[in-house]
This record gives sequence, structure tokens and C-alpha cells, in this order.
Amino acid sequence: MTTLSRAETEALIAEVLEVYPEKARKDRAKHLTANDPGIEQSKKCITSNRKSLPGVMTIRGCAYAGSKGVVWGPIKDMIHISHGPVGCGQYSRAGRRNYYVGTTGVDAFGTMNFTSDFQEKDIVFGGDKKLAKLLDEVEQLFPLHRGISVQSECPIGLIGDDIESVSKKGAAAIGKPIVPVRCEGFRGVSQSLGHHIANDAIRDWVLDKRDGSPDTSTPYDVAIIGDYNIGGDAWATRILLEEMGLRVVAQWSGDGTLAEMMNTPKVKLNLLHCYRSMNYISRHMEEKYGIPWMEYNFFGPTKIVESLRRIAAFFDDQVKEKTEAVIARYQPMMDAIVARYKPRLQGKKVMLYVGGLRPRHVIGAYEDLGMEVIGTGYEFGHNDDYDRTTKEMGDATLIYDDATGFELEEFVKKLKPDLVGSGIKEKYIFQKMGIPLRQMHSWDYSGPYHGYDGFAIFARDMDIALSSPVWGKLVPPWKKTVAEEEVKEAA
Amino acid sequence: MAKLRQCAIYGKGGIGKSTTTQNLVAALAESGKKVLIVGCDPKADSTRLILHSKAQTTVMHLAAEAGSVEDLELEDVLSVGFGGIKCVESGGPEPGVGCAGRGVITAINFLEEEGAYTEDLDFVFYDVLGDVVCGGFAMPIRENKAQEIYIVCSGEMMAMYAANNISKGIVKYANSGGVRLAGLICNSRNTDREDELVMALASRLGTTMIHFVPRDNAVQHAEIRRMTMVEYDPAHKQSDEYRQLASKIVNNTNFVIPTPIEMEELEELLMEFGIMEAEDESIVGKTAAELAAEAA
Repeated sequence: MTTLSRAETEALIAEVLEVYPEKARKDRAKHLTANDPGIEQSKKCITSNRKSLPGVMTIRGCAYAGSKGVVWGPIKDMIHISHGPVGCGQYSRAGRRNYYVGTTGVDAFGTMNFTSDFQEKDIVFGGDKKLAKLLDEVEQLFPLHRGISVQSECPIGLIGDDIESVSKKGAAAIGKPIVPVRCEGFRGVSQSLGHHIANDAIRDWVLDKRDGSPDTSTPYDVAIIGDYNIGGDAWATRILLEEMGLRVVAQWSGDGTLAEMMNTPKVKLNLLHCYRSMNYISRHMEEKYGIPWMEYNFFGPTKIVESLRRIAAFFDDQVKEKTEAVIARYQPMMDAIVARYKPRLQGKKVMLYVGGLRPRHVIGAYEDLGMEVIGTGYEFGHNDDYDRTTKEMGDATLIYDDATGFELEEFVKKLKPDLVGSGIKEKYIFQKMGIPLRQMHSWDYSGPYHGYDGFAIFARDMDIALSSPVWGKLVPPWKKTVAEEEVKEAA
Repeated sequence: MAKLRQCAIYGKGGIGKSTTTQNLVAALAESGKKVLIVGCDPKADSTRLILHSKAQTTVMHLAAEAGSVEDLELEDVLSVGFGGIKCVESGGPEPGVGCAGRGVITAINFLEEEGAYTEDLDFVFYDVLGDVVCGGFAMPIRENKAQEIYIVCSGEMMAMYAANNISKGIVKYANSGGVRLAGLICNSRNTDREDELVMALASRLGTTMIHFVPRDNAVQHAEIRRMTMVEYDPAHKQSDEYRQLASKIVNNTNFVIPTPIEMEELEELLMEFGIMEAEDESIVGKTAAELAAEAA
């Protein structure tokens, strides 16, 4: 498939919108656009962070997912209580692949599910007493935990439980922080509000707990913010920063700890990977502690080199020199990867539909392999995400916000990409259409994809996906010849 | 056996719903009717006059003790009192915690599933908390539950407002189910021209004042003894009032989809009867100082 012109992209959007009833068409039209890399403000061409239309098969999650699943869940030495009925915690348990070092059930709790398992009586009489009992039990059974977060499921907000007072009382009793988080799933339009609520809870209940303690920081202290260590991403990131001569004080929140969060207000620079889910706390630390923050991108050698130099520019010559040495050391490895995979992947088209930062951040990594991203969009992005995306994408490429099941299928059918990068809910739909799909939330049980180490795996995985002989056995409908169709119909 | 009639009693908080319901049900039982009372109020005071108890142990409290409602048997929650009247209290949380509405829903579902609505019953009376603040308290008037709604009111302004608002709620469910307004019961507060006013409101709502229950201290004397009038002093004239109310309800066939009125119309009605004074629009939003300056 060749790249579409602006008129063709706009015609495609119009064609897809055609099937909607008028009201839905009007709404969805605001969420679809042909990219214009020249504009500064994406709000002129796309609307985002709005309520999804009923019936459109949105793939969004909820505020609880944003708080418990994304921001808080990876803090490994805390116990995160899914407060409410059992399902929210049980069906989100250990699914996100945020790796950690520790002994699960002893000093780390990442893949476990703690829930208050609400019953009818807890709704009617309130769950505060049960929560208090649960806090006691957690302390008895898992004495090495460093703190507890109470992640509210929907009923907590409906029945008005006072989890703040239970948390305060419990914290005083066990002498460890207990953080109530009001991330009831019905709040907001997607998981995005859950990120914000979780950031605010960290701000209000965690961040200032070591204010005034002796400053043992070095001039090279940094924190990794918004890396959830999917398949080991944060580790592949940390190695590079340490090789540059920086001291990584905290990982937010992949393989992170409560103490790391508490120590972050003394760092010199916050390095922000997933802007969407942790820009709030970065801005807060800038305002309150004067810590600058910098977005970076560790997908693919081009963006990695750019990012390493921008980070180094913040520090002294010693760091700059080490950074150049790091770049020089890894360059042959990168060259070898590109030399191996680029000829196999050159010119292949990719469509992305993910969340967080990936719809824009992975574009460079594909480009390093000679591939082209011809469509991208966010599940729950805001316009500041699209502001950052328009520049990364080619002119007149397709941008879709909170894409519906129908739109995504139609766009893929028309644009005929060689690869789709999206999630588990999309995977088998497109693979059955004969199009390779890599899950770009979980790295499809692979990873890491961050850093130099990650790029090696990324390149290999994309090649595996595209070059698998299985695709030769499957003929998508538009590649079927007339003769084949007739044979099938006759049979 | 006649078909089971399910009735719900609504009305402003403190108007005397529970007292009226129990006295009425006692009179029904005296006349040989088999009745079940379902208290739908966390206060659980809908059956005390029948059972001579302070407060019956409720479905929800027993469920909480046992673990869940599934662990309960009907006989655990059902008590039989004066005249063979069966009593159940849904129960719920203390004020300020949990969700009382969910308690009502759970308790009523439990009663249905456990077969509390037996063949031999003539009537079920739901005595519902004053304000229908959420879906839970509308449970008794949803499909396949109460078909007849009686609103207890008096000639006081807020009681009339509440009656009109409850009628609005009935309209909502009348269109989807079979619930109908069956009449207003005036529980007198001895205000002026009270019977006329309640009758006037009833006619605007498309129904009737089914009975005027006069105020009598004997009701309080009986209540102190945790008894209904019919049991405490069957010969008293007030007992006859409840017997009359009971017989009117037995014979009632006037079930309507109410026609609630607009606020202006209600206020006009109240003004007509001197309950409310006409508003002087010229003084709205003026401070005492401004009014004094104008007067000078």
C-alpha cells in the first residue's frame, strides 16, 4: 500500500464515518484527522479525553485501572488493596508484566492480589470495619511490607466509606504509611483520570514524608519517572543512565519502592518517559522542590542518542564525556542490528493504536528499521499528547483518538499495513485478517524494548512477527483472486 | 383465596407511616385477613407495635452475622405477632455509613426467593422510609412488587409537597409496571380545614382521600405499650377509625396513575387554604438595611 495523500486520507475518514448515525458521526469526526506536522496545537484538528460513545467497542479502561494497574501496582514493597468486590483485583492481577526483584509474598508483593472481597453486607453496612481488619491482617501476615495503598473500586464512592480515616488510624497503629486512593472506576472518561488521582495521592500522602531529612544526594541524582518496567524496560534504561555517570535514585514505578518515591524530592532532574501517566507528579515536584523534568525517549538508537545527549547537557562535562563513550560503545551493536533487520523490514508500514506514550515514542524505533508508521492514535491521550505526536508523524497520516472497533478494522482494511501494534483485544481480530500484530502494551510477552538492549529485542520481535511463514498460509480477503473466490463459492 | 394484594405506604418522614400502617394492619388482621408487614427502613420500627418488641432483628443484621443472605432461612427473619401478622424488617446501617437502599433491595429479593409471599396471604404492606432518596427505596414499587401505593399525609405544607413528589415517583414506575396510586390517608395534625385541603390535593392528583384519621392521644398511649389501638383498647373510638380505614382499603378499587401538579399549582392550593402566604417578589434579595431605607 502506498502512502495516502491528504485528500485520500480525508476521504477515508469520511467513508468510515458514513455508517454512523448523525449524532455519533458528528462526535467521532472530531476524533479523527489527517496529520498536519506543521501545526503547533493539535486541538485545532483533534479532540481527545472525552466520554466514549456507547456501543462503539472502545478499548479504554477505568480510573481504578489507571491507579492500581498503572501507577501504584508496580511499587513492589507495598501491598495494594483492591478495595471492593473481588473481580477488579483478581482479573487485573499480575497481567501487566511489570517485573521486579524481590521475594514475592515476603518483601515484594507485585503479582499478588489483595482484596477486601466485598459482599452484600459490606455494601449495606459499609466496608470501613472490614478494611480496618484487613489492614491488621496484612500487617500480621506480611510484616515486611513497607506500606499499604487502598485502591477504591466503584462501590466505595457510592456508599461513601471513609477510607481516609481508616487509613490514618491504621497507619498510626502499624507505624507505616497507608495511602487511601479515590480511584473509583466510574470517575472520569478513561484510565487517564486514575493516573492523575494516583499522582495526587502520592503527592498528598507520600512525597513530603522525608522533607527536612539530611540531604545525602549527589549532583548526579536522577529519577526515572513513568517507566513501568514492562518486561524489564526500566532496567535497560537504568543501565544507560548509570553508565553516563548518573545515580538513579528512584524508579517510578516499575521495580520501584516506597522509599524511592520518598527520596525523589532530593534529585537534580526528573526523567519522564510516560508523560501521560506521570506528568502531574513531575510538575508538582518542579513547583514545590524546583526539580526540573525532562521528557526522553529510549525507543530505538536515533531517539536514544538524542535523549542521552539532551540528558547529558543538563550535567557537567564529565557526564557529557561518559555519555559520548556510551553512545560510541553501543553504536556498533546498533549498526549490526540495523544491518541485519533493516533489509528485511525496509518499507514496511505500521499502524499503532496504544495508550500512554507509545503511539508517538515508538515511531523512531520503527524508522530506525526502515519502517514507516502510517497511522497512530491514543486510547486515553489528551491534546498535549497529540501536540507531541503531530511532529513525529508524516504529513496526512491517519490519527485516531479513542478509536472504535469499527474504525480500527476499517482503517486497517483500507490502509493495509504490514504490521499492527496494539493490544490483546485487537491481536486476534487482525491476525485472523492475515495481518501480523504485536502487542505494544505488554510487548507480547517479550521485552524489554527500552534502551539499547531493548532495541535488539524490539528489532528481532518485529522481524519474527512480519517474517513468520504463517502469513503465507493465510490470504486476507483483498488479496484473494477472483478465481479463488469462485472456487470457494462453488465448494 | 383472593389474589395477594401488595401495598406500599409512603409519606413524609415523621408523618406517622409506621404507626398508621401497624394500626391499620392490626384492624385488617382482626377482620380475619392474613397480612405480612415488610419494614423498609434501617430504623426497623415498622413492626414493634405488632410484636411488642423494641426492634425486630432485621434481615440485613442477621445476614451480616451469618455471612450473607444466602446463609439465612426465612424463619430466621420472620416473626409472627398480634392476630397472626407476619413481620419482617429489612434493616440496614446506622446513619452515615453504607447503603441503606441496597439493604432494602437485598432484603426484598431475599423474601421473594425464600417464598415469603405465601398463598394464604391476603395483603403485604411495605412501610418505606420517608424520602425516596435512591433506587433502593423505590424497590417496593418496581415491577411485581407493590401495586397499590397509599400516601400518608396531613394538612401541613411539607407533607403535601412530599405527597406530590412521591406521586411523581409513582408516575415513573406506573408507566413501566403496574403500580398505581390508591389514595391519600390523612393522619390529622389538627390544622385548619385539613380534610378539605387533603381532599383538594387528592383530587388534583387524580385520587381520593381514602380516610381521615383524627388525632387522638390514645394512639400514643397504645404506642407506649408497644401495642396497636385494636389490641390495646378495641372498644375505643379510635380503634373504629382504623377499622374503617381497613375496610375502605379492602374495598378500594380506585387505583390510578397519579397526575402530580406543578410547584406553582401546589403553592396556589396552599395559599387558597391559607397555609402559605403569597410571595412578595419585590422584597426578594433585599437586605434588612435596604428594606428599612425603602420604608423610610
